[in-house]
Amino acid sequence: MIALSEVTKNFEDQAVVHPLSLTIEEGEFLTLLGPSGCGKTTILRMLAGFEQPTSGQIRLDGLDLTELPPNRRDLNLVFQHYALFPHMTVEDNIAFGLKMKKLSKQEQTKRIQEATEMTQLSALTKRFPHQLSGGQQQRVAIARAIANKPKVLLLDEPLGALDLQLRKSLQAELKQLQRSLGITFVYVTHDQEEAMMLSDRIVIMNHGKVEQIGSPREIYETPATLFAATFVGENNIFMQDGVMIALRPEKLSAQHDNLEQCKYTGVISDVLYLGSVHKLVVQLDEEPMKVSIVLDPSQDYSWQIGQELGISWNPEDEVIVGS
Amino acid sequence: MRKSYWGILPIIFWLGLFLVVPMLIVVVISFMSRDTLGNVVMGFNLDGYKRFFEPLYLGIYWDTIVLSVTTTVLCLLLSYPLAYYIANAGTKMRTWGLILITVPFWINFLIRTYAWVLLLRTQGVVNNLLIGLGWIGEPLQMLYTKGAVLLGMVYTFIPFMVLPIYVAIEQMDKKLLEAASDLGATRWRAFWHVTLPQTKSGIMTGAVLVYVSTTGMFVVTDILGGAKSAMISNIIQSQFLGARNWPFGAALSVIFVITSLILIALFNRAMTAKHLTVKEGR
Repeated sequence: MIALSEVTKNFEDQAVVHPLSLTIEEGEFLTLLGPSGCGKTTILRMLAGFEQPTSGQIRLDGLDLTELPPNRRDLNLVFQHYALFPHMTVEDNIAFGLKMKKLSKQEQTKRIQEATEMTQLSALTKRFPHQLSGGQQQRVAIARAIANKPKVLLLDEPLGALDLQLRKSLQAELKQLQRSLGITFVYVTHDQEEAMMLSDRIVIMNHGKVEQIGSPREIYETPATLFAATFVGENNIFMQDGVMIALRPEKLSAQHDNLEQCKYTGVISDVLYLGSVHKLVVQLDEEPMKVSIVLDPSQDYSWQIGQELGISWNPEDEVIVGS
Repeated sequence: MRKSYWGILPIIFWLGLFLVVPMLIVVVISFMSRDTLGNVVMGFNLDGYKRFFEPLYLGIYWDTIVLSVTTTVLCLLLSYPLAYYIANAGTKMRTWGLILITVPFWINFLIRTYAWVLLLRTQGVVNNLLIGLGWIGEPLQMLYTKGAVLLGMVYTFIPFMVLPIYVAIEQMDKKLLEAASDLGATRWRAFWHVTLPQTKSGIMTGAVLVYVSTTGMFVVTDILGGAKSAMISNIIQSQFLGARNWPFGAALSVIFVITSLILIALFNRAMTAKHLTVKEGR
C-alpha cells in the first residue's frame, strides 16, 4: 500500500503538484491521467525517488520513503523511452538490477528466465537493444523492472512511443501481466482511452491539481468537474439555471416531431456512421454550440444534413459539473 | 550512392596528396642509400633498418613507448574526473571550464614550454619556494630529467584527452543513470557499469590522439629533457636535419609508424573485447 499525504512539489516557486493525498491499494492498477504538464510525471518521479517532494510524506507499506534514494526503494520504473543500456544484451539489461542486489547466479538465471518468458523475449536474450523493434524494447524495459520483483511497478507513458496497432496489443498484454503478477501498477498516461481500458482507478489531473479520483465507470458516468467531464470521453455541456450540466452523447435523444416540447432545437451539421455507433452533430439554434448525439440503434429513421430537430433527455441523466 | 562517392573525392585527393604520397616517399627513402655529402642516392639497402637494432636505438625506442604510454595513462587519469566535472556542472561553469581548457592554445607553445624551464630549473620558482619554506636544503634537479619530459607532455596534451571525453559524457543519455539508480545501483556502480562503458569512445579517441602526438613530439624533450632524455622523434629530427642521414631517419619513422598502428590496434581490441561496439540506442 502506498500512502501519499499532503505531497507538494514546487519548481522554482512554481507549484507543479498541489497538496495531494492518495492511497494506492496493494495489487491496484492506478492511472495518473492528464494533459502534458499536469504534474502526473512529477508524482511518478517522486514515487521513484528522482524528485524530492517540497513537503509531505510518501509511505510504502508503512515505511517512510520520502528521504530514501531511488536505489533503496522497493519499486521499479519503466521509463518513457525505456532507457535500456545500449552496451548490454537483453539478458544483461535484465540482470543489471539482480546483480546490484547481489543475488546468487542461480537466482539471477531463474529470474531472467521468468521475466523473459512473461514478456515473450526468450528468443531475444542475446540481442542488443538497437537490434530490437520498439515494441520489443518496451518489453525489455518491463522485463528489466519486473525481474526485481518490486512491490510496485511505476510506468511512465510506456506505450507513448509506439504506433496505434502495437499500443492496442500491448495494452492488453500489460493488463494481463498485472493480473498474473498481482503487484501494484502506477501508470502515467495522457491517453484517456488507455486509462479507461487498463485501470482499476484513475486520478485525473490538471494544472497540478486532482480533478477526480474514481473507477473508470465513476469517471465516465459521474464526472466531478468540467475538466473531468470533457477530458474523458465525449460530453455535451449545457447551462441550466446557473449550473453546468454534462450529458453524454448517448444520453441525448433526437426528435423529429413535436419540436416545441424539446429543451433545445438545432440543425444537423453532420451525420456520422462509425460502425457500431451512429452519430449526429447538431448546431443549436439558441446557442453558438455544437452537440453530439449517439442515436438509439432501435430507431430506424434516416436523418439528413440540414434537417431541423429537437433534443431532449431524461433529467435523471444530468450530471452537475460546476456552476 | 554514386553521388556520395563524388562528395568524398576532395577528401581522398587531399589525403592522397598530403598523407599517402609523403608516407610512400618516406618508405622509399628508407630503403635507399646516401652519399658522403648526405644526399639521398638510388640503390637498395637495409642499412637504416639494421642500424635500428643497435642497443642505443633500441633503448630509445623502448623509452619512447614507455613515455608515450605513461603520458597517455596519466592524461586519462587526470582528464576523466575533470571532463566529468565540467560535463555535469551548470551551464555557466561548463562554459568557463571549456574556455579554461582551451586557453593554453591561445599562447605560443614554445613560450609555454619555456615557462616550465623557469619553474623547474635549479634556481627556478619551485626550488626557491621549497628552499624558502625550509622543506629542502639543496635545490632538486628537476629540469633535464625524464620526469620533466613526462610533465611537459602531460601538460601539453591533456586538452586532447579532456575534450573527447567531455563530448562523450555530455552526449550520454542521462536517463540511463536514473535507470541504473532505479535498479539499485549506487552512484559509483552506476558510473562503473554505465557511464564508463558509455564513454569508451571518448576515451579511445583521446588516448589515440595523446599517444600519437606524444610519439611525434620533439620540442618538449629538447627543451625540458636535455641530451639524456632523447626520444625517437628527436633522433628522427636530427637524422633529417642535422646528420643528413635521410634513409636512417626514414627507416626509424617507418618502424615507429608501424609500432604505433600495432599498439593502437591492440588497444582498440582490448577496449572492445568485453562488449560489442556501443551503438546509438533509442
